[in-house]
Amino acid sequence: MSQPQNILIRNGRLIDPASHIDETVDLQIAAGKISGLGRMPAGFRPDLTIDADGQVVCPGLVDLSARLREPGQEHKATLESETGAAASSGITTLCCPPDTNPVIDTPAMASLVRRRAQRIGYARVLPVGALTQELGGEQLSEMAALLKAGCVAFSNVERPLGNTLIERRALEYATTFDATVILRPEDRHLADKGCAHEGPVASRLGLPGIPAAAETVAVARDLALAQQTGGRIHFHGLSTGAAVAMLAQAQGERLPVTADVAAHQLHLTEMDIEGFDSNCHVHPPLRSLSDRERLREGVRGGVIGAICSDHQPHEADAKAAPFPSTAPGISALETLLPLTLKLVQEGVIDLPRAIALLTSGPAEMLQLPYGRLSVGSSADVCIFDPERPWELTPERMRSAGRNTPFLGWEFIGRVTCTLFEGRVVFEEEVLGTRY
Amino acid sequence: MSRPNIQLGREGGLKHFLTIDGFSRSLLTDILDTAESFTGVSERTVKKVPLLRGKVICNLFFENSTRTRTTFEVAAKRLSADVLNLNISTSATAKGESLLDTLRNLEAMHVDMFVVRHTDSGAAHFIAQHADPHVSVINAGDGRHAHPTQAMLDMFTIRRHKGEFTGLRVAIVGDVLHSRVARSQILALNTLGTSEVRVIAPRTLLPAEVRTLGVHAFHDLEQGIRDVDVIIMLRLQKERMRGALLPSEHEYFQLYGLTEERLGGAKADAIVMHPGPINRGVEIDSQVADGPRSVILQQVSFGIAVRMAVMSMALGNQAQGAVR
Repeated sequence: MSQPQNILIRNGRLIDPASHIDETVDLQIAAGKISGLGRMPAGFRPDLTIDADGQVVCPGLVDLSARLREPGQEHKATLESETGAAASSGITTLCCPPDTNPVIDTPAMASLVRRRAQRIGYARVLPVGALTQELGGEQLSEMAALLKAGCVAFSNVERPLGNTLIERRALEYATTFDATVILRPEDRHLADKGCAHEGPVASRLGLPGIPAAAETVAVARDLALAQQTGGRIHFHGLSTGAAVAMLAQAQGERLPVTADVAAHQLHLTEMDIEGFDSNCHVHPPLRSLSDRERLREGVRGGVIGAICSDHQPHEADAKAAPFPSTAPGISALETLLPLTLKLVQEGVIDLPRAIALLTSGPAEMLQLPYGRLSVGSSADVCIFDPERPWELTPERMRSAGRNTPFLGWEFIGRVTCTLFEGRVVFEEEVLGTRY
Repeated sequence: MSRPNIQLGREGGLKHFLTIDGFSRSLLTDILDTAESFTGVSERTVKKVPLLRGKVICNLFFENSTRTRTTFEVAAKRLSADVLNLNISTSATAKGESLLDTLRNLEAMHVDMFVVRHTDSGAAHFIAQHADPHVSVINAGDGRHAHPTQAMLDMFTIRRHKGEFTGLRVAIVGDVLHSRVARSQILALNTLGTSEVRVIAPRTLLPAEVRTLGVHAFHDLEQGIRDVDVIIMLRLQKERMRGALLPSEHEYFQLYGLTEERLGGAKADAIVMHPGPINRGVEIDSQVADGPRSVILQQVSFGIAVRMAVMSMALGNQAQGAVR
């Protein structure tokens, strides 16, 4: 890995939503930080010049939910393989949910994940601490200690909290430290043993369904508790249009609630599980076309402030079984930017909004000092060619997980270079002139 | 969104029989006609035809079933095939061998056809997608998804009694939600041109947006069976009483049990069917089950002819050599 050095990125279209910049302007990097925008200061001698003519230069992407599988499930993926995949996809900050094995419910585990990623050096991994000890849903975790060890939020991931009183206490305790609680809203009784959206496709295929109400019932309960406690809730992975409407209303009432959506939910629907494609087995399930349209409306209007990958790499065996018995999830780091750019190409959002949803949006929700290109901030930069067509193939993927329904999809827009803390961590061979 | 139908071979003939979904009316009619030609075989002194001599058919059952497995076995033997029976309870696979491992092991024994029953919807599709290209797969029931040979034997029974499907009104009564049989029957009835397919059940036993399956839904049995030509009763599994789906067997029978009196609302020549095994006094009164309108036992004997038809058609091209 190269040492931090003076780098000049020139002629690129620089888009930094955090500072409302969208113009062709040069960017200077020194000592791992953004040192200047625009005219090169006298005395700045670049060791490396990257010609980004025709390319977009934006902050390194911030992904609010990526399973990296280490420690505990190294047969699926490792920090090295997944942060490498992130770097090649323009992602420089990854929030890692606490359902590793062991669970991230102690400062030691939080530090371990963070430091190991630091040593590898492809991307920053920020641990999300367990909301309850061992994610058991009963005993609160030691939030103060976990925050000190680098946790950026708390979550019980997909595991249920014992009851609403525990949820109330967890939210209250988190407010003590002004910490965000990430909730994946789902009523487990309504979700039952479902594996597909309860609707016409699941009815025809005979797949046990998860009704939309499994999400909305939970959102309603969580919003009521946000109101009661003043706790800051971030909803992860919304899947229903009705939940977007509820959230819009809550935000209108100035409740401190935010939300993200997984990129695949903005493109796929229940129709895609036709033929029992296990790569489309995700949780929450792919829902109806009208849900997808309302989620798209949510990212356009700002109710949903971030798009995440919800990356879940699996070994081939985990998907090689009949649909209901397969592990849910998509290996999604490498399609996060491409699927978001597709929304631009389909006229859903404009390019600066797309980049905001992947950078400043997620960073602000967790109050992270990343996802921006202001002077003095960490030199995390994503450079991509917005015109370049390419096809996703298994050989092309760097993630250890090849479980994606997007194989064979044609995308437009490809990352050509990624800088993390002022170092080039990914660079496509055919990158423009360097001198 | 159209995907190629993996059930059809290169020449458009039957390769796998996984679901009725995607099959044409003429192919279903072919199956019924072929089955018709096999009905005589059972009445001969030598109950065998040499169509599948030298073929190995493996009954791969991951879910207990004596009845269905036996009819497949009898059908295969009447076609002169060699039969392997494997009952793999889910606990055995829990020991670590994956479905794919099991499949690979059996393929090494040069099996020509798998007859599969599994608790997961989509299991037969999965096996068809992963099996060796020369192997055919017949779905003998996967989760709540499909049980196409059962549906075809029901179609056979209906055709025997009613002739044409056009003009018929058919009511399916009971636990449609959990029934793979009902899903396949609905598809088959609609493909064959049935005028009206009705489902009759309390809301808890109907799938979400049930109308999209191509049926009219009724919650009242008397209303639902008025003027129908065919009544298909579904089995209600006892364990459904334990959840919050139904309050009691008593109330279910009161509302949805088929009695002589209620049968009076249907057409005078209406037939009563049931895929078995029947729960007397839960979904159907004994008087009806054993009465003159009941064709339940015929269904069982037609089942063999229909399965012979499907097996011989799926192994068709290879089988022609055996005939010559």
